[in-house]
Amino acid sequence: MTEKKLVVALAGNPNSGKTTIYNNLTGSRQHVGNYSGVTVEKKEGRVKHAGYDITVIDLPGTYGLSAYSPDELVSRNVILHARPDILVNIVDASNLERNLYLTSQLLELKIPMLLVLNMADVVEQRGDKIDSDLLSKLLGMSVVKAVGSKNEGTQEILTEVIKIAENKIELPERQVRYRREVEDELLVLQRIINQEKTAALEIAAGSDSVGNSRLPYPSRWLALKFLEKDREIMKHLEEFDQELPLQIEKSRKRLQSMIGDDAETCLVEDRYGFIRGVCREACQTNTLERLTLTEKIDNILLNRVLGIPVFLGIMWLLFQLTFTLGAPPMEWIESGIAALAGWVEVNMAESLLRSLLVDGIIGGVGGVLVFLPNILLLFLGIALLEGTGYMARAAFVMDNIMHRAGLHGKSFVPMLIGFGCTVPAMMATRTLENPRDRLVTMLVTPLMSCGARLPVYTLLIAAFFTPRAGGNVLFSLYLIGIILAIAMARLFRTYLLPGETEPFVMELPIYRMPTLKNILIHMWERTWLYLRKAGTIILAMSILMWGLFTFPNVDEHGRAFNEPAIQLENSYAGRMGKAIEPVIKPLGFDWKTGVALVSGLGAKEVVVSTMGTLYSIGDSEALAAEEAAAVKSFAEKVREQSGFTPLVAYVLMIFTLIYVPCLATVAIMKRETNGWKWPLFMVAYTLILAWLVSFIVYRGGLWLGIGV
Amino acid sequence: MTRTLKDLSPGEHGRIKTITGDGPIRRRIMDMGLVPGTELVMERYAPLGDPVEVKNQGFHISLRKEEADTVILE
Repeated sequence: MTEKKLVVALAGNPNSGKTTIYNNLTGSRQHVGNYSGVTVEKKEGRVKHAGYDITVIDLPGTYGLSAYSPDELVSRNVILHARPDILVNIVDASNLERNLYLTSQLLELKIPMLLVLNMADVVEQRGDKIDSDLLSKLLGMSVVKAVGSKNEGTQEILTEVIKIAENKIELPERQVRYRREVEDELLVLQRIINQEKTAALEIAAGSDSVGNSRLPYPSRWLALKFLEKDREIMKHLEEFDQELPLQIEKSRKRLQSMIGDDAETCLVEDRYGFIRGVCREACQTNTLERLTLTEKIDNILLNRVLGIPVFLGIMWLLFQLTFTLGAPPMEWIESGIAALAGWVEVNMAESLLRSLLVDGIIGGVGGVLVFLPNILLLFLGIALLEGTGYMARAAFVMDNIMHRAGLHGKSFVPMLIGFGCTVPAMMATRTLENPRDRLVTMLVTPLMSCGARLPVYTLLIAAFFTPRAGGNVLFSLYLIGIILAIAMARLFRTYLLPGETEPFVMELPIYRMPTLKNILIHMWERTWLYLRKAGTIILAMSILMWGLFTFPNVDEHGRAFNEPAIQLENSYAGRMGKAIEPVIKPLGFDWKTGVALVSGLGAKEVVVSTMGTLYSIGDSEALAAEEAAAVKSFAEKVREQSGFTPLVAYVLMIFTLIYVPCLATVAIMKRETNGWKWPLFMVAYTLILAWLVSFIVYRGGLWLGIGV
Repeated sequence: MTRTLKDLSPGEHGRIKTITGDGPIRRRIMDMGLVPGTELVMERYAPLGDPVEVKNQGFHISLRKEEADTVILE
C-alpha cells in the first residue's frame, strides 16, 4: 500500500507554543531552509500517522497577515500559493481573544482548518472554562485541546487532521461578518473581481503566468485586501480594468464618510468584534483581577532601579556561559586537531600533500570545529532567554539606548557576543525578527573587538608601550570599536537602508519554563546549519589561504626556499603584501605589515605569528606567549626593518580592529543573509573604514608629534 | 488638547479613541488588539524611560513612546 501524502501548515501567534507543538509532531525529522529571496526561515518536518506521510510546515509566528512584515507575507503566501491541505492554527488558550484575531484572518483564506487550544492546562488552573464544542460550531472548524509542554494532544491533532483530510467532518462555513456598510462595498468589489476573473481565465487559458498571479485568491479576500489597500495585493491592481480601481476609491471614500474611520480600522475593529462575540459565548472567564506570577516577576526584573543591574547580570552570565564555559572544550578540539596534525607529520614524509593535509585541510576542519562549543553554548543561552520570555524584556530594558544608535533593543545580545567572537554573534542576530534591524546589527557587529584580536593588541602593546600606557591603549581600542559601531549603525540606517521605521510594538509574554526538547532541538538546528552552510565555506577558504601562503614553493630555478621568511616573501600572499604596499604606505605600513594583514583574513590572531615568521623571530611560540626576550627582539626587528614607531603600532592595532574580522565571519554572514551581497559589502566597508580611520590617526599623530 | 497613550502615568487607565499615523506601525498596534474602544492600563516605563508597557486584558504589550503617542485616548 502506498502512503497517502498530506501537507499541513502550522500557523499561530509568537509565544503560542507553536514551535513546541511542531517539535512534538515531527521530533527530529526536521529541515530548515530559507524562503527564496527573503531571510525568513523555512521549517519543514515530517511525520507518519495512520498510513499518511504528513509534511508539516512551521510558518513564522505572526499576529496578523498584513503585507507589512516579511514574516506575515511569507505565511500568507505559503498558504495561498502552496495551498496546504490543512491549516493547523495553534492558539494560546489562556489568551484566546488576541490569538483568535489571526484565526479570523486565516478563515478568509478558505483552507480546511483545525484549531488547537494550546496551554489548556493554564486555563484550567485559572478556573476558566472554554466550551470547545461550541467554539467549534461558532468558528466552523474542529477544535482540539493540547498541552504542548507536556506533549499532550499530539496524537489527537494528527488524528483530527486525517479526519479533516478524509472529509469525515462537516462543519458550516464561517467567516467574519463585517458591519453592513463594509459588506455592501465588499459585494460590489467582489462582483467586479469575479467578472474580470472569468475574463482573465479565458485570456490566460494558454499562459499560466497571468492566471496564477492572482486567480487562486478567493474573491472575497481580494476585495477585503483592496479595501484596506494591502501593499502586496495593490500591485495586482493594474492587471484589472479601470472599473476596479475607481470602485475601490469610491468604496473607501464612502466608508470614510459613513463611519468616520478608514477602511483598515473598520476591518480590524470588526474582526475583534467578531472574536469578542465568539469568546463571550464559548468562554467562561474568571474576571477576578489578580497579580499573576509574571507580573510579580516583572515587578522585580523590570523595576526602574533593579531592571538594568539584573539585565547586565544576565548578560554577563550569557557571556560567561558562551566563552568561559566554552574555553575548555575549545582547547580539547584544538589539541585534538594538533595531535592529528602531529600524527600525520610523523607518519608522512615531507611533501606538498602533507602540507595540504596538515595546514590546509586539518587546520581548516579545526577552524570550523573550534567554534562549535561557543555556538552550542550560546544557543543554549538564547534558547533559555527566549523560552522563558526574558528576551523580550531584555529588548524592553535596552531599547532606549540601542534605538538612539539606530538599532533595536534585541541588538544588544549579538553585539555583546561580538566581544567574544563574531561568528556566533552573527548567528545570534536571528533573535531580531525585523530584516532591517538584523542586517544593520550584522553589519556593525564585526566592529566589536573580538577575542582573536586581543593577542595582536597585547603583543604590540608589550613591544611598543610602557605597561602604564598599555591599559589606556587597550581601552581606547575597544572604545573606538563601540563608537564606530554606533556611528555606522546610524549611517546605514539613514542612507543605506532608509524607509519607514519598523514597529517595536511587541508582546511581553508570560514567563514559562522552556522544555528540554525545545532547547536541544534549537541548539542542534543552529549548530547543524552552521556546520552545513558555513562550515563548508570556511573549510574552502582555509584551503585557499593555505595555497596563497604555500605557493609558489620554489624559486625560478626550481629550488626550494631555505628560509621560511624568504618563502613567505615569495608566496602569493607575500606578493599580495607587496602589491598593496602603495595603498598602505600612507598609514606607515610596509609590505611586511601588508602580508600580516592578508594572513589576518584567515584569523586575526595569525597576524602575530605571520609577523614572527617575516621578521625571522626563531621561536614563534615564545613570541605568542609574550615572553620578554622574544617580545624585545620582535620590537627591535620591527623597528629596524619596518621603521615602526609606537604610533605605527597603534595604527596597526586600529586597522586590525576595524578590517574584516575573518573569513569565517564572511561565511557565516553569507549563510545568514542568504547571499553574497551583504558579506561582500561588509568586507568592502570595513576595509575602507579601517583605512580612513588609520589614516586620520596616523597623520594626526604625526602632525601632533605623538608616539613618533 | 488630545491625550495620548504616552501621557498616561504608570497605573493610569485609558480608553482608545483612535490611532493616528499609518503604515506598518499603525497596523501592528491594531493587530495587537489596541483598537478603538479598548481599555488599557499603563503598567510601567522601562528603566531608561522608554519604551513603555501597557496591559490590555491580561496581555502585556511594550511599545516605544513615539508609537504610544499615535494612540489617542478618549
